[in-house]
Amino acid sequence: MSAVIHLEEIHRVYHTGEVDVHAVRGVSLEIAKGEFVALMGASGSGKSTLMNILGCLDRPTKGRYLLDGKDVSGLDRNELADIRNQKLGFVFQNFNLLSRTSALENVELPLFYSKKPLHDRNAKEMAEDSLRLVGLEGRAGHHPSQLSGGQQQRVAIARALINRPEVVFADEATGNLDSRTSIEIMEVFQKLNEQGITIVIVTHELDIARYAKRNIIMRDGQVLSDEQVSDRLSAAEEMKKLTEAQQAVQLTP
Amino acid sequence: MKLGNTIKISFRALRRNKMRSILTSLGIIIGVAAVIAMVSIGNGAKSQMESQIASLGENVILIFSGAFSPGGVRSGWGGAGTLKIEDALAIKREIPSVSAVSPEVRSNAQLAAGNENWSTGNLLGESADYFEIRQWPLAQGAAFTEQDIRMANKVAVIGQTVATQLYRDENPLGQILRIKNVPFIVTGVLTSKGLNLMGQDQDDIVVMPYTSAMKRVSGNTNLRSINVQGATQGSLNSTKDQIVSLLRQRHRITSQKEDDFTVRTQEEIAKVATAQTDVMTALLGAIASVSLLVGGIGIMNIMLVSVTERTREIGIRMAVGAHGKDILLQFLIEAAALSSTGGVIGIILGIAASKTVSGITGWPSLISVSSIVVSFLVSSAVGIFFGFYPARKAARLDPIEALRFE
Repeated sequence: MSAVIHLEEIHRVYHTGEVDVHAVRGVSLEIAKGEFVALMGASGSGKSTLMNILGCLDRPTKGRYLLDGKDVSGLDRNELADIRNQKLGFVFQNFNLLSRTSALENVELPLFYSKKPLHDRNAKEMAEDSLRLVGLEGRAGHHPSQLSGGQQQRVAIARALINRPEVVFADEATGNLDSRTSIEIMEVFQKLNEQGITIVIVTHELDIARYAKRNIIMRDGQVLSDEQVSDRLSAAEEMKKLTEAQQAVQLTP
Repeated sequence: MKLGNTIKISFRALRRNKMRSILTSLGIIIGVAAVIAMVSIGNGAKSQMESQIASLGENVILIFSGAFSPGGVRSGWGGAGTLKIEDALAIKREIPSVSAVSPEVRSNAQLAAGNENWSTGNLLGESADYFEIRQWPLAQGAAFTEQDIRMANKVAVIGQTVATQLYRDENPLGQILRIKNVPFIVTGVLTSKGLNLMGQDQDDIVVMPYTSAMKRVSGNTNLRSINVQGATQGSLNSTKDQIVSLLRQRHRITSQKEDDFTVRTQEEIAKVATAQTDVMTALLGAIASVSLLVGGIGIMNIMLVSVTERTREIGIRMAVGAHGKDILLQFLIEAAALSSTGGVIGIILGIAASKTVSGITGWPSLISVSSIVVSFLVSSAVGIFFGFYPARKAARLDPIEALRFE
């Protein structure tokens, strides 16, 4: 398998005020195509900073980052924006949808900034396809305020998928959701992963990390452990169990 | 990214905040409307003045007896009787670039005809050239002739105001007009010329041969002024110089002494008059521009609020691939759209306002295409100018910071 993400000795130092903050101190790792990685760690461990670098939102102070074989560590703002548009998808903790804008228009958003010429009708079809992938085909016209948290997050996932990205990044994607909805979202991610999409999630919840295939734990800006998940959970099965348990409760007089 | 998409995004954002968009544009609307209304009223005053100056006649040079300056013969223009009929005849005889000359005597008189009477301050004695100099055709009848001048015949041409005051609905031609109890015969009626530069009614006038005026009405042979028509517009100034030197010679004025007469070309009179209205127009426009400036600052204010408020939106757009210049363009278009739609509405309101003002007050207004085009362009430019700072602020945001913004 070819590596989609290849990091060599990545450092990130913030120059804020008098003290320099060394958030990431020499991380090297490879993520292959089709992997499902959970990046974990306590707050301050550097996982969010690493995530920002992986997501081309930020540049490493030192080190080399090859994305899909291309060195992106020295690119300027606009080049990084194009990489984000073409190769990456983002899902955030607080959904980050445009308010008072329909789900369909939210999903279309990356196409607005795409370099590829596109007709409006095609954009609409692509957005509808994307919504269908996350099971929201009936909600295209709804505004975020008319959708539940889980549905909003699915719109965000659909938006991340519209440009057929190499990697989808999810930063605490389930952090604002209840446990049942969290499982729903993980089910979506697992399904996408089965279709060959590389997924990297940042989480501090252990049980969420167990839906991934590989866990990377960070501490003090360095990788503490990096191992495959042995007792991986299937979101579909967990969902079934949960539903059965609820029915049992309801049936009990 | 396509421009059409950016425009679509910008207008969508403006629609989402309808009330705010309208209120923001209001500053520009009022500014542009004020500029349009003020400038068109100023232009109206100017064009009215120009038409009044044109009503003086064509290529006219006016010679007044007396000087404007306090030195020399100390009397105002039209005062001391320093001009004689011989001066007028000499000008006509000796200066070839003069095409027509009319010596002018003026007096007040009580007029009477039938049972009606009317008092006029414009009882003029002129030569037959007068109507040519002032480009003043007759509506009815005919002017007096050289013969009438030689014989000092009791004939008169009257203006529209005098005609309606004395003869009502009757035809004045051939009727008796008593001037200081001397019976004259009306030979012609002039067309209407309206008000002059001083706001006086030019149609309140009786014109008769200057000889008749001197002998039969005033008994005074001094001229108030001499009306001269130059042959061509280009030679007007040299004609003026020739008149000055001729009159100085005739009046035996030595080189150290001041003129005892005043010569003004039509152009000089026009220059003084239009200079005043130009100043007024510029002043009105400047005051109105201040409100346009205030409107522009209003746009900047709202755009800054909007950028802060939409920081997260900007972050989202950047995260999914928007370049800085896409964001810059989006906010610039929003600002320009606010100000240029404000401009269009302002132009419409300004036209309506100037029509209303001139309707109520009777001031003339003249809406020029150039003032419309200029104020549209200026209002768009105001939006771009004042929108640029907030837009650039938005474009320079760091996507990570922007996404974290609460």
